[in-house]
Amino acid sequence: MSAPLVLGIETSCDETGIGIVRGTTLLANVIASSMEEHARYGGVVPEIAARAHLEALTPAIESALAEARVTLADLDAIAVTSGPGLAGALMVGVGAAKALAVALDRPLYAVNHLVGHVGADVLRDDGTAIELPTVALLVSGGHTSLLLVRDLVSDVELLGETIDDAAGEAFDKVARLLGLPYPGGPEIDRAAVGGDASSIRFPRGLSRAKDLAEHRYDFSFSGLKTAVARWVEQKRDAGEEVPLADVAAGFREAVADVLLTKAVAACTDLGVPRLLLGGGVVANARIRQLAAERCAAAGVALRIPPLSLCTDNGAMIAALGAQLILAGHAPSGLGFAADSTLPVTSIQA
Amino acid sequence: MLLAIDTSAGTTVAVVDRDRGIIAERSSADTRAHSEVIGDFIAGCLADSGVPTTAISCVVAGMGPGPFTGLRVGIAAAQAFALGAGVPVVRVVSHDAIAADLFAAELAATGSTGPLLVVTDARRREVYWSAYRGLDDAGLPARDGEPGLARPAELAEVVPGFDGYRRVDATEVSGGALGMLAERMFASGREFASATPLYLRSPDVTVPGAPKRVS
Ligand SMILES: [Zn+2]
Repeated sequence: MSAPLVLGIETSCDETGIGIVRGTTLLANVIASSMEEHARYGGVVPEIAARAHLEALTPAIESALAEARVTLADLDAIAVTSGPGLAGALMVGVGAAKALAVALDRPLYAVNHLVGHVGADVLRDDGTAIELPTVALLVSGGHTSLLLVRDLVSDVELLGETIDDAAGEAFDKVARLLGLPYPGGPEIDRAAVGGDASSIRFPRGLSRAKDLAEHRYDFSFSGLKTAVARWVEQKRDAGEEVPLADVAAGFREAVADVLLTKAVAACTDLGVPRLLLGGGVVANARIRQLAAERCAAAGVALRIPPLSLCTDNGAMIAALGAQLILAGHAPSGLGFAADSTLPVTSIQA
Repeated sequence: MLLAIDTSAGTTVAVVDRDRGIIAERSSADTRAHSEVIGDFIAGCLADSGVPTTAISCVVAGMGPGPFTGLRVGIAAAQAFALGAGVPVVRVVSHDAIAADLFAAELAATGSTGPLLVVTDARRREVYWSAYRGLDDAGLPARDGEPGLARPAELAEVVPGFDGYRRVDATEVSGGALGMLAERMFASGREFASATPLYLRSPDVTVPGAPKRVS
């Protein structure tokens, strides 16, 4: 079949994302974020995010159509994130997607948000196709997951995930204890400029031999956050100045190190010399840099989709929907639920 | 013909027509399945009514009051359907549809109507309430002020003239009643509700204080 024109709806967290793709060609990627409304609370407030989705959804669809220069009648299908994510936020997108699909009499594909992050890679404008199998490291404020993707539409395995905070959450929490605003990622990055990452050695979660036996590909960041807090308190208690740049750099290095060590280990262990990065934390320059170094050293090919396709967006959902259509998958129907804990093995609901 | 959608209590969808009345209606009292059933209900009502989507001239959204997670699903669906069908969306206070139904029944039984207090579950041991004087000249429910939120024990205090109302605790909204009320509001040139959902509650948030010590 010719490349299907798909509109994707993403409302799993605090970004209302509407994307339009034609097969693997990106036509529009509109994102309305409620991030600023969450800033004073130091993290995403689910109810505020869900209210914002309801307000942003219709205007975002209209701007995406305008950006793509297509009309609703041109669409071949609708795709929507049905999970994982914040339940109340997901429900807004799911309710809207179902009604839109009925009104337009078009098939509806309910897709997995995490697999969508991987699917974003098919939209790269350099035209190189994603090579499979690949290990994928997806890191954001909402998730930190390591996947083995053998087939984008039929075979995705969860290797490991965070057992406590998401990496993005750790950035937010450490930023707060350092007196920096939300969101923490870019603030820590800024504060780390000129810092010596090796001057303070913060712990790497789940990296000791006994932890690795049970949690080889899992992550933990709450101990790291506590270690940073304790280190800063001791300095303050001693009346010494906190070397902000060194703390920020040391913390960021600990996060980047544990993420990439585990991701590259997965590539090596599984004999899969390919690593794909996704999620908002990929915006962090040090994480991208360390990924490049570690992958080069291990002979692993690194792929990072453009940043606008790494953060949560509707284009990746549309792209995955298009892949499902091209692979001949039947639509999801109208009876699926929003599932806040949808496993990655459920690529399509 | 109108498509009416309300998820302020359970989920209800209807296709109505000013002359033909309620043509199709699907409802579920389940307060946890809004996003699951909404698509099948809309498709089902259109199929049952035997009219094409192009016959729908407007979508009616029930704006609550209602618990926010569910309430939003219907409003999002109404807006999206309207966008897809290329028709406008109008908004109606969900309690007004409940009152319209209750007044119609009262009128049929007694030949007249008296003051009515509609009460619905707001969860967290609170209720939503709306007070109605009766029917106005056009036969539409005449509400006194905006819907409110209260603890059940405090209703007598917060509702002015509480004792004068017949209180009805409702658990469902009828999509058909919502749609027909909208038809009559159109016919008598009434103003519809605003685009702001009647959550009547602020999001649960706390501005974090200074970070706690860990050592
Ligand atoms: Zn994400």
